Amino acid sequence: MKLLEINHCNKKFGENEVLKDISLSVEEGQVVSIIGPSGSGKSTLLRCATLLETMDGGDLIYLGEYAAKADTEGKSVYSDKAALHKIKQHFGLVFQNFNLFPHYTVWKNITEAPLLIGKRPKEEVFAEAKQLLQKMGLSGKEDAYPYQLSGGQQQRVSIARALAMRPKILFFDEPTSALDPELTGEILRVIKELASEHMTMVIVTHEMSFARDVSNHIIFMDGGVIVEEGEPLELINHPKQERTKAFLSRFQQ
Amino acid sequence: MDFQSLLHIVQQLLGGLTSSIAIFVLTLVFSMPLGLLITFGRMSKWAPLRRLAPKDVPVGKCRKALAVFKPIQCIFKGFIAIVRGTPLMLQLFAIFYGPYYLFGMSLSLEYRFTAVIIGFSINYAAYFAEIYRSGIESIPVGQYEAATVLGYSKTQTFFRIIFPQMCKRILPPVTNEAITLVKDTSLAFVISYQEMFTIAKQISAAQTTIMPLIVAGVFYFIFNDVVAFIMDRIEKKMNYYR
Repeated sequence: MKLLEINHCNKKFGENEVLKDISLSVEEGQVVSIIGPSGSGKSTLLRCATLLETMDGGDLIYLGEYAAKADTEGKSVYSDKAALHKIKQHFGLVFQNFNLFPHYTVWKNITEAPLLIGKRPKEEVFAEAKQLLQKMGLSGKEDAYPYQLSGGQQQRVSIARALAMRPKILFFDEPTSALDPELTGEILRVIKELASEHMTMVIVTHEMSFARDVSNHIIFMDGGVIVEEGEPLELINHPKQERTKAFLSRFQQ
Repeated sequence: MDFQSLLHIVQQLLGGLTSSIAIFVLTLVFSMPLGLLITFGRMSKWAPLRRLAPKDVPVGKCRKALAVFKPIQCIFKGFIAIVRGTPLMLQLFAIFYGPYYLFGMSLSLEYRFTAVIIGFSINYAAYFAEIYRSGIESIPVGQYEAATVLGYSKTQTFFRIIFPQMCKRILPPVTNEAITLVKDTSLAFVISYQEMFTIAKQISAAQTTIMPLIVAGVFYFIFNDVVAFIMDRIEKKMNYYR
């Protein structure tokens, strides 16, 4: 089943074309990594998919529901507020710099959205939050405030916060870029564990070996287009396009 | 000066002090919420003429200017400019004497106090509005994004995520305003409202002594010390997160 489908996405910032005719689809259980140099449009693509940016052209479809549909000229027409609100429940996003709510404890960071937005029963949300904290290795940190935690712990809280909403698909926007190598490993282990549980994920990352190990599909982007995509081993070890080879050459050494 | 007359001065000034405190408290009670409303107006992005300039069609300068014209923001910018750009003393005059000079209304003596509160509240609301705005704009955009992705509505995002963080950030400038307000209450003198400074001035003139003004000065100082102490306690209380 297709969880996410993006067709012919175009995005401009003023005169600058950031995304040019990007299409991709994500199947249930799939882990897709998006790699590429800075400024290639990876993050913008993720922001369009998570409705933080609006696309200028193309479709955005979650589980068959249109968040945005291209009109006859290809321009994106977004659905109404209520429909978008519903669609937002299908995905979660983990940010590069965590964006935890600093005035909330770890516990409230995780439980407020499922209670307030998901309108789920307290007992259920609390039981699940407890499990999530345990899984993230954060038991006992319920009452801590974000500033009292290390970067790695904060990122794990933010992963738990996203998971508490029970998303069908989880996006990661360079989840380890703000962390030192030791803490990076910590987060990558968590993501690998999620992958082994068949969580559907789209990951923008600069960690090549991680992308190769964890994903089923890798997309290499540059200059706002998808240059090459395919099987991780094939793409990382035997890239076909010159641009991909050049980008990966540093990594190969 | 003997002890008896000093005591008498202190007693009279204490009566004035309660009036000064009343001005202080009521001004804060009215101006702080009013300031928040003014901030909303000042930060309004409503641009009804935006349709005049479609994104992908090149437009002339004039139409572009019209398209980004934000009427509500403009009104509140103008309001803040006027309030901050003219003396509070003049504003008190205008509010107290305005109704008579402009419309021939004769107002009761109780209006004196009402005029003081209206004048101070409007004036301080404008300053608070700008302090709030600085607080709101200092919250990282990531906070809005995290809330949006989780499905928070704009109102929920503001009152649950942004507002509490804003309150913490604006405490130091709010303390500044509160201390200034303590001293500004003496401006009610210009429309002869019987607060502490007015009374001190009267006794001073009647008894040809500077003592009442010195006592009033001491009272203002103590008043401010209390205000600063309370604000410091609140700041410490808000320090449970960073």
